[in-house]
Amino acid sequence: MQQTYLQSLTGGGLIGLSAAVLLIFNGRIAGVGGIVAGAIEQASPERLSRVLFLAGLISGPFLYRLCFGAWPQINVTTTTGLMLLGGLLVGFGTRLGSGCTSGHGVCGLARLSPRSLTAVVVFLCTGILTVFVMRRFGIT
Amino acid sequence: MRHLARNLLSLTAGLIFGFGLALSGMLNPARVRGFLDIFGAWDPSLAFVLGGAVVISAIGYIISRRMESPVLDATFRLPAKTSVDSHLVIGAATFGIGWGISGLCPGPAVASLSFGIPSTIAFTVAMVVGMFAHDRLFATGQPRQVLR
Repeated sequence: MQQTYLQSLTGGGLIGLSAAVLLIFNGRIAGVGGIVAGAIEQASPERLSRVLFLAGLISGPFLYRLCFGAWPQINVTTTTGLMLLGGLLVGFGTRLGSGCTSGHGVCGLARLSPRSLTAVVVFLCTGILTVFVMRRFGIT
Repeated sequence: MRHLARNLLSLTAGLIFGFGLALSGMLNPARVRGFLDIFGAWDPSLAFVLGGAVVISAIGYIISRRMESPVLDATFRLPAKTSVDSHLVIGAATFGIGWGISGLCPGPAVASLSFGIPSTIAFTVAMVVGMFAHDRLFATGQPRQVLR
């Protein structure tokens, strides 16, 4: 149990480190939602560096496997139809709300941004409510 | 030369991010939903992910404030908007519903493409469609970032 907490804290620290080096060296915010949208939609000189960030992101679990000899544990409890709905809402909401868990959560809270603090409180509340309602009515 | 260094830095930052996600437990949708299930069998461990990430990210931000410019570029690019508006609140609320349904958000969705699990790949494709839908239909055309 204690090891679980330590792994979560260390993993979180590494996510923060990634955000810190991206800001200090490249002057960019590590918001994955924005990086995905920018990499796909904008044919700008920024595109290559965004694509490379995403390539690194996808390689992360492979590095984990190399280090620990096994994949991290993954359990999906939601049906594919609901995963599609979830994806649409996450994608649309990320763009309308100008950020996701990384952009608002990791980077925005670190900058003490009032917008990000608002966004984090709002998405935690609707996330908690959604899980509650789904469990209450047996929706998976 | 600086251009190459910036690109290599992006790749490295992405790799650290993805490894951190894998280590933290955030790639497991069931665990993320367990973290959001505060009225049920609550799993508080993922709060440590956000806690650890924000502390290190804040140290990085404080260092960046003392710098004239980033090491490998001329300017910092920070979010342009500073006031809370309805788009932010409605967008974040929508995001939270999708996050609660699936247990995935953009970072873990991209990183978990490496596992080749059909339902998380479906999520990621739908997420990109959702982004496109917003940017084609509702984009304001205002710049999203300011230079410092």
